[in-house]
Amino acid sequence: MAQVTLLGFWPSPFVYRVIWALKLKGVDYEYVEEDVLYNKSERLLKYNPVHKKVPVLVHAGKPIAESTVILEYIEETWPQNPLLPKDPHGRALARFWTKFGEDKIPALFGFFMTEGEQQVRATKEGQEQLRILEEQGLGDKKFFGGDEIGMADLEFGWLAWWLEVLSEVSGVKVIEAESFPRLYAWIQRFKEFPTIKETLPDRSAMLTYFKGRRATFLALAKS
Amino acid sequence: MADVVILLDAYASVFGMRVRVALAEKGIKYEYREEDLRNKSQLLLKMNPVHKKIPVLIHNGKPVCESLIIVHYIDEVWKDKAPLLPSDPYQRAQARFWADFIDKKLYDAQKKIWTAKGEEQETAKKEFIEALKVLEGELGGKPYFMGERFGFLDIALITFYSWFHTYETLGNFSIEAECPKLISWAKRCMQKESVSKSLPDPKKVYEYILEMKKKLGVE
Repeated sequence: MAQVTLLGFWPSPFVYRVIWALKLKGVDYEYVEEDVLYNKSERLLKYNPVHKKVPVLVHAGKPIAESTVILEYIEETWPQNPLLPKDPHGRALARFWTKFGEDKIPALFGFFMTEGEQQVRATKEGQEQLRILEEQGLGDKKFFGGDEIGMADLEFGWLAWWLEVLSEVSGVKVIEAESFPRLYAWIQRFKEFPTIKETLPDRSAMLTYFKGRRATFLALAKS
Repeated sequence: MADVVILLDAYASVFGMRVRVALAEKGIKYEYREEDLRNKSQLLLKMNPVHKKIPVLIHNGKPVCESLIIVHYIDEVWKDKAPLLPSDPYQRAQARFWADFIDKKLYDAQKKIWTAKGEEQETAKKEFIEALKVLEGELGGKPYFMGERFGFLDIALITFYSWFHTYETLGNFSIEAECPKLISWAKRCMQKESVSKSLPDPKKVYEYILEMKKKLGVE
């Protein structure tokens, strides 16, 4: 089987989507840590010259960039444990919510990058999007993908592990059991799912890292 | 049972045009419904409650939203005719990557060309041309983006061509002077009926934008 390599950055939820997909499908791969903040490698610049970002999946020497593009590639190349349903309408819905997750990143992460009045507004804005996600995306389903984890679950996986850390670091509660009962229940199911549970970055390391990032963002905003 | 296909669209939308081209490529009969974006229909609000935007494809009563997702859907449902995406997974990934690039880099830059003035507009023009040049590099010497056959990535980009006259007039620059190979590609695509019949008259787009600017108070 051809070599699979993943260029990643340990605190990145975008990278973890790809890791989860590979693990759920039982695909062996080599993980390479990139210092994306301070020292991007020649290899990364060669494999993703357009955006210079991780994740990048390299399969048989050929690079694929952008996490949602990588997820589609993984789905097509290794069809076992599918992340998308077979019917075209179901696939369109899964892709719709995955794209919603991408498009709403500024709104969803706003609370982490702001303080004071701005943060109050940003938190509300993020929660509005989460309301839409809970009511129309998740509904009464066990996972976004239905009975099994699907592409949209991987897209929103960061809510199940990163959000708590970001919330603690920013001093705001974004999702609570009372305010978002269905999302909250999904979060518990997702992070307890065996493959996911054993594939999460270290919480205390994340706290340190994201504390530093928040300080940087706030300082930049002031300058 | 015959398929009932309805497209909720707005004639100047580069996103709506993508769906028109895809439907035409596959020879699918459908009902086109023009939406007044300042007075959206109940049907649109019901079929796309999350974004309330066009295009929306309604196939046998079920809605599909987001232009590139719709194109994927069309390719998967009507898979026996004119495949839009290549069959090789790596080629498909490349097509998706560049379509994403178009939606991220090109779309934001082009918007500022017709809404902004002065330095903001100049910056937008630079970014726009830069993005087009990167795409032109990707095209290389090929007739279409994925090779010999017109497909997904050509569809994603060609619709912006109907707006080039608007950008050039409002931005006072020539896209052909900067990206001649891309213009050749565009003209090649326009020779296809599925494209020429789906794209609006560039002059009409320009008039529409002038009217929009007046209404938005941006002049």
